[in-house]
Amino acid sequence: MSLSVPHALAVWRRNASMYSRTWKWNILPNFFEPVLYLVSIGIGLGGYINQMGGTTYLVFLAPGLVCVAAMNGASFEVTYNIYVRLVFEKAYDAMLTTPIEPDDVLAGEVLWAITRASIYGGCFFAVVAVAGLAPLPSALWVLPLIPLAGLLFAAIGIAFSLRIPNIDLFSFYFTLFLTPLFLFSDVFFPLKERLPAQWLWLGEALPLLHPVRLARAAFRGEASLILLWDVFYILVVSILLLAWARSGVRRRLTN
Amino acid sequence: MIVQLRAVSKSFGDRLAVDALSLDVPAGICFGLLGPNGAGKTTTLRMIYGVTRPNSGAIQVFGLDISRNPRAVRARLGVTLQQNVLIEALTPEENLRVFGRYHLLREPELSRRIGEVIDFLELGSHAKMPVRQLSGGFQRRLAIALSLMNRPELLILDEPTTGLDPAVRLALWSRIRELRAAGTTVLVTTHYMDEAQRLCDRVAIVLAGKVVEEGPPADLIAAHLAPEAVELDCSPDEEAALLAGDSPSLRRLRVGNRVTFYLDNAAPLIEQIRRQDRGRHRPLVVRPTNLEDIFLALTGTSLEAGL
Ligand SMILES: Nc1ncnc2c1ncn2[C@@H]1O[C@H](COP(=O)(O)OP(=O)(O)OP(=O)(O)O)[C@@H](O)[C@H]1O
Ligand SMILES: [Mg+2]
Repeated sequence: MSLSVPHALAVWRRNASMYSRTWKWNILPNFFEPVLYLVSIGIGLGGYINQMGGTTYLVFLAPGLVCVAAMNGASFEVTYNIYVRLVFEKAYDAMLTTPIEPDDVLAGEVLWAITRASIYGGCFFAVVAVAGLAPLPSALWVLPLIPLAGLLFAAIGIAFSLRIPNIDLFSFYFTLFLTPLFLFSDVFFPLKERLPAQWLWLGEALPLLHPVRLARAAFRGEASLILLWDVFYILVVSILLLAWARSGVRRRLTN
Repeated sequence: MIVQLRAVSKSFGDRLAVDALSLDVPAGICFGLLGPNGAGKTTTLRMIYGVTRPNSGAIQVFGLDISRNPRAVRARLGVTLQQNVLIEALTPEENLRVFGRYHLLREPELSRRIGEVIDFLELGSHAKMPVRQLSGGFQRRLAIALSLMNRPELLILDEPTTGLDPAVRLALWSRIRELRAAGTTVLVTTHYMDEAQRLCDRVAIVLAGKVVEEGPPADLIAAHLAPEAVELDCSPDEEAALLAGDSPSLRRLRVGNRVTFYLDNAAPLIEQIRRQDRGRHRPLVVRPTNLEDIFLALTGTSLEAGL
């Protein structure tokens, strides 16, 4: 194990320096998106739905979308943006002339992806809260959950990014992996009420399902044992994928 | 020795990039690594700072095994990569700040050091403009400035002056000499033989991953070619006529229609050429033999001895 936290933070600082140049313009769209979703689907579509999962459709929808925002924030960072830094900006070539090691790069990038997930998810949550859809204080449990979802999708995205030879393949990741997750992970309807019992295990395999279930529980202020499984899933999958990614990052950055 | 390579080999697939290469770089000198494109210079440098792992052989830097101590070694050296790695959206000052943090420099030391390298490489005039708006020469100087942030004991420069105008190149040489005078060991690659000759205390000529010659430039020149060179334009037929029966062991280098002769004393040859030319005043260049001649003699294919 050769992780040095100060060096990982230096990697994180590089990304933060670049982001802070343009943060005003980067952060603005994060507020429009939730408004558009909540108005279109929550109010527009929701107008035809009396209730879902025991609440109005708008209230049902909000926590899941917060998680989706976190997922997207992390995913963009560890796919397109890491690829740009690796291939076009050659940032890691410069880092590896200093005491920074590949493990520090991995940790710094994951931390940065979590940061971006937190910005995305946090903005979404702020809009939801202002719209009165987040019962306080219990909904505040979402705040630690957003970086956790960021960690999960950073780990999955990095594992995928390390395997692909060129940037064009990222669109498969988005259309064939993230989009189905978005549509089928309890965000728009309770999956377990629509899925035949013998297929429920498949639903449990979907990564996004777990943060969404946790977020919804936070909004409702209801704790249950299954939430432990959700946290366990997120942590174990993240740790396993990141452990596996270590050798891949080393292979990509050194030869 | 600051850098010591022993029988180091590296292959990429079935291409052997570095072939049982051995090298010693003593402390406090400027050492030049010369060689044609693809000779394995960059690969050798990457192995020295530990991002390329040799297939066999041993590498010590500062007396430490680089494969076991990459962090400790890299903390003490600086590298200017062959291609600039700069953050184009940020200013030179911000680039230096980001890079200084890779070395864990903290305020106020970080800002102080940024000021020093900006002064040293004369970056002050554009220190607050985005890098993408700066000229290529300015960007190159910034890339070199980055590698000085940690006050390296060993400075590795991979073709530092490619693309620089003559004035900037001269200024850079004098900066490199200043660093050397202050005790920094410099390991530099270049394709400019005049640069190597003027700047380097020792050079190694690398060919197909092997060191074919190593030593002070003056010694290399003396060991391989006579000290005076005569250059002129003439076809191979004309050349035979000019030399008619003379100088059977004369060393020459021909590239297209340009031929260079190497001799201990140029005067008799010049006289003979003038005689054979019968009044026609053919332009001749008479100059001291230089490192470029040696480089071409060792790496080129068109050098022959005799007629
Ligand atoms: N990552 C790599 N994968 C495959 N081949 C490589 C790799 N890096 C270098 N090579 C090959 O190794 C050989 C040496 O390359 P290297 O870059 O060290 O040469 P160089 O002396 O620095 O050349 P130049 O003067 O053009 O910079 C070349 O044949 C090159 O194609
Ligand atoms: Mg090179």
